[in-house]
Amino acid sequence: MSVTIRRIPDSARRDVAFAALTLALFLAVTLAFPGFATPRSVAGLLDDTAILIMLALGQMLVIMGRGIDLSVAANLALCGMMAALFNRAWPGMGVTPVLALSMIAGGLLGAGNGLLVWKLRLPPIVVTLGTMSIYRGAIYLLSRGAWVNENQMSREFLAFPRGQFLGVSVLSWISLAVAAAFIFAMQRSKTARDLYAAGGNPEAANYSGIDPGRMQFLAYTICGAIAGLCGYLWVARFAVAYTDIALGFELSVIAACLIGGVAISGGAGTASGVVLGCLFIGIIRSSLPLVGISVFWQMFINGAVILVAVLLSARQRQFKRTILEARA
Amino acid sequence: MKATSLMRWETMLAAVLIAAFIAFSILSPYFLNVDTLSDATFNFTERAIVALPLALLIIAGEIDISVAAIIALASVAMGLASAQEVGTAGLVAIGLGTGLSAGCVNGALVTIGRVPSIVATIGTMTLFRGAAYAVLGDRVLKDYPDSFAIFGQGYLVGPISIELALFTLFAILFGVFLHRTRWGRVTFAVGANPVASRYSGIAVNRYRFALFALTGLFSGVAAVLLTSRLGSTRPSIAQGWELEIISMVILGGVSVWGGKGSILGVVLAALVFGLTTFGLGLMNIPGIVLSIFTGLLLILVVAVPALVNRR
Repeated sequence: MSVTIRRIPDSARRDVAFAALTLALFLAVTLAFPGFATPRSVAGLLDDTAILIMLALGQMLVIMGRGIDLSVAANLALCGMMAALFNRAWPGMGVTPVLALSMIAGGLLGAGNGLLVWKLRLPPIVVTLGTMSIYRGAIYLLSRGAWVNENQMSREFLAFPRGQFLGVSVLSWISLAVAAAFIFAMQRSKTARDLYAAGGNPEAANYSGIDPGRMQFLAYTICGAIAGLCGYLWVARFAVAYTDIALGFELSVIAACLIGGVAISGGAGTASGVVLGCLFIGIIRSSLPLVGISVFWQMFINGAVILVAVLLSARQRQFKRTILEARA
Repeated sequence: MKATSLMRWETMLAAVLIAAFIAFSILSPYFLNVDTLSDATFNFTERAIVALPLALLIIAGEIDISVAAIIALASVAMGLASAQEVGTAGLVAIGLGTGLSAGCVNGALVTIGRVPSIVATIGTMTLFRGAAYAVLGDRVLKDYPDSFAIFGQGYLVGPISIELALFTLFAILFGVFLHRTRWGRVTFAVGANPVASRYSGIAVNRYRFALFALTGLFSGVAAVLLTSRLGSTRPSIAQGWELEIISMVILGGVSVWGGKGSILGVVLAALVFGLTTFGLGLMNIPGIVLSIFTGLLLILVVAVPALVNRR
């Protein structure tokens, strides 16, 4: 006789609505251009969005803990350069040490941000603006300003992310695995719940035995490790490493998070929302040439989507807090 | 207490500036030359002109990431107008008008739309820069009238460029505004405690809106100067400047939590920035190496007070 009413959280409702919107967009493009839904075209779309998905998921953790990481793109570029130089020096060692090196280096760079934010309570935006400059400068010192080109990379190094399995690239599989792990962990793990709590209300979290600073540190470290991994993948995919790779990409990653429904005020956001946000951007990007609109419109459309998304979510939120006021 | 620690930061910046000046005069024989130093000012004047209103905005507890995109948008607007045979005065009006309108869009999003400023301006940054790309694509606009070159390439007296003169004038105006007028005190109050400010009868939102509009207008000024100096417009113009300008402001000792800062600090930071970039360039050290120094200084400026306050 009992009737159970399960309240659906706003975030889940938003995700469902956004998924419907993304699917509708995909179907609309497919109806007009049947070639859009071919397995090959979908695999290409996934391959193009894979790195954005991973970086946005890492950034999501940081933003959720009331931080921001402007250094992800510089971290990616630095780790990518390290991976390329390591491979040039020891081409025979294969891909495994390169993967380990780039992830560990990225994780350490992220942990550096995290420590400054946690232990010294420095404003995240200033810390990561600073480390962004430092990492970019470090790439130059490391490479002495030179490019590492395709012919200086070993065959395994280049082939790894491009390998195909079931018609989808290894790069896409890695991204799918990361996405699946995030979607699962964000719903099920205690650490993720602690992060939600720490970002939603740092003081209350502190009283319940969660150290919000430690959660921020963890978020920065994971975000950094992902950026490091993406560094190798980026360099191998585009077959070149130089000082300016992924310049300005940090803002695209943050934009993808905002489209995916991550609140800049912390404590709110879902992994599935972020993945959908990235796919949404990806679908628009790959359908523009089909529809006959110049690819140069991509950025403008992204901007309009961000503004619509944040205006809608600002209306729902009661408390307004800028990142500048963030004192976790 | 706060005033003294702030003074200490400015003194330190001044010391860094003097040290850099002496070091470069010793290290490079080409440094101590009026014409060379005059050239060096072009390294920072345009950015520093945007840093002034941005300093007010950050002191008031807000931020604007879209400044560089506004420069691009205003430059594209001027380029398109110039292709329609609009004269120099008209071009300047269009550049400033575009900047002002873009600033008003930011202001409206933050005050009426209640969107946090960092999010709103990341959105408009993408939108404005996107509009510049959408309109221009990979084209370049470069049919500017000859008289338009005066703003970015002209000199007022001797080695003092019009850009430098304008920056000096604006720096004095902003300094007086922030430190000597009622509105300056309002800026600090709004940044230190917006809620208390509202209860003390300050129209906080109207004031925020005005600051965003002002920042937009000055991005328009920078657009006029930069476009005039380069004589051409690409959609990628001023790419990445937003973070450099914000670094300049924070390096100047403006607190990112709002409520603290001075125009003198921002001016000194701009000079340090311009001088070191130029000096390293003379010694064939690329600017990217300087960014390590800037980054460390940026973290230091927030870390030192944090470490001191711990004791």
